[in-house]
Amino acid sequence: MTTDDHEHDLPPQALRAEALESLLIERGLLTADAVDEVIATYNERVGPMNGARVVARAWLDPAFRERLLADGTAAIAEFGFEGGQTEKLVVVENTPEVHNVVVCTLCSCYPWAVLGLPPRWYKDPAYRSRVVREPRRVLEEFGVRLPASTRIRVWDSSAEVRYMVLPQRPVGTEGLGEAELAARVTRDSMIGTALL
Amino acid sequence: MDGIHDLGGKQGFGRVAPEADEPAFHARWEARVFAMLRAARAAGAVQNTDQFRHAIERIDPVAYLTNGYYGRWLGGIETLLREAGVLDEAAIQSRLIELGGDPDMPAAARPAERPNRVPPSTAPGSRREVAAPARFAVGDRVRTRSQGSAGHTRLPGYARGRIGRIVLHHGGWVFPDTNAHGLGEEPQHLYTVAFTGETLWGADAEPGVVVSLDLFEPYLEPADDD
Repeated sequence: MTTDDHEHDLPPQALRAEALESLLIERGLLTADAVDEVIATYNERVGPMNGARVVARAWLDPAFRERLLADGTAAIAEFGFEGGQTEKLVVVENTPEVHNVVVCTLCSCYPWAVLGLPPRWYKDPAYRSRVVREPRRVLEEFGVRLPASTRIRVWDSSAEVRYMVLPQRPVGTEGLGEAELAARVTRDSMIGTALL
Repeated sequence: MDGIHDLGGKQGFGRVAPEADEPAFHARWEARVFAMLRAARAAGAVQNTDQFRHAIERIDPVAYLTNGYYGRWLGGIETLLREAGVLDEAAIQSRLIELGGDPDMPAAARPAERPNRVPPSTAPGSRREVAAPARFAVGDRVRTRSQGSAGHTRLPGYARGRIGRIVLHHGGWVFPDTNAHGLGEEPQHLYTVAFTGETLWGADAEPGVVVSLDLFEPYLEPADDD
């Protein structure tokens, strides 16, 4: 993990962040170890491994899948994830007929509790500008080639609802258990920019 | 506001650049900014997420495109810390010089001369009861507002003045357009509205595409079937 400040090519805002941080610490508004707690949370506990468990359970347990698609927030409550940004979670299911992909064009809304912090590309202008206008082309750049007959649904998270894609279960995974299945689920498959 | 943040449908940004095995934070300063948002909330400088999002929308637009996600956060946090009087520009500049920074480097922050007074939230989260019944039901055709807004709004430019269909009703939620400015939570019904690619992009649309957005009731009018 790269969280060492003695690296080269740090941008000017890194120094500005340090200036603000030191002033906030002096004023008693921030503690010096708060940053370590943030790093530990999002490296160890809050990340796409949580969403992967949800997906694996949905593949194995039809009743859970039903509940997940009907009310994502209630269905994931039993996992007790931290991390926030899931006051209302809507889970959308990929099928051979429909492929779903998630974006936030206005900022970078993302379901932290199940997917962790968003990758850089999700927050950058190229993805945010293009995926609502030319999703098929963007998906092809991710290596996702869909038949022309597959409809594409793009979910622009413009309020506090958060979206997660339930990817299709890969063929040849019959007989695998929940943990083995979860290990097959990638972050991008739950955003909709990868197939499994 | 018609800011640079409203990126949906803009052209010319080139290919998406995914990164293999990307870490949660690329450098310690990014996590520092994350921790600072919590401190700014605790200090009362950031009272709600809508206010914070709007502060990011108000930063220097060139910085918005070049400073990255945590650079944008930093610009928003500094804006609100200075507006709240928690930190002032002189203190930041002198600390930056002490640390060896370039004092001529322009800041992304854009504090307002007369900032809004934003009160603390009335309750956790953003779901709220709305007294008025929902104006729309799933299946209804609606037309989105054509005009933009000088302040914060969550109706993206690309979906203005377009006809779509209600596909989900989410109940009542805090209205970002007022809440960001300290004008109250004014909860509104929230709907997911689906638009065909052709509706949004005309003849340029890719085939078989539907784009859905989560839109507050004041953004919507009934669309007559024609």
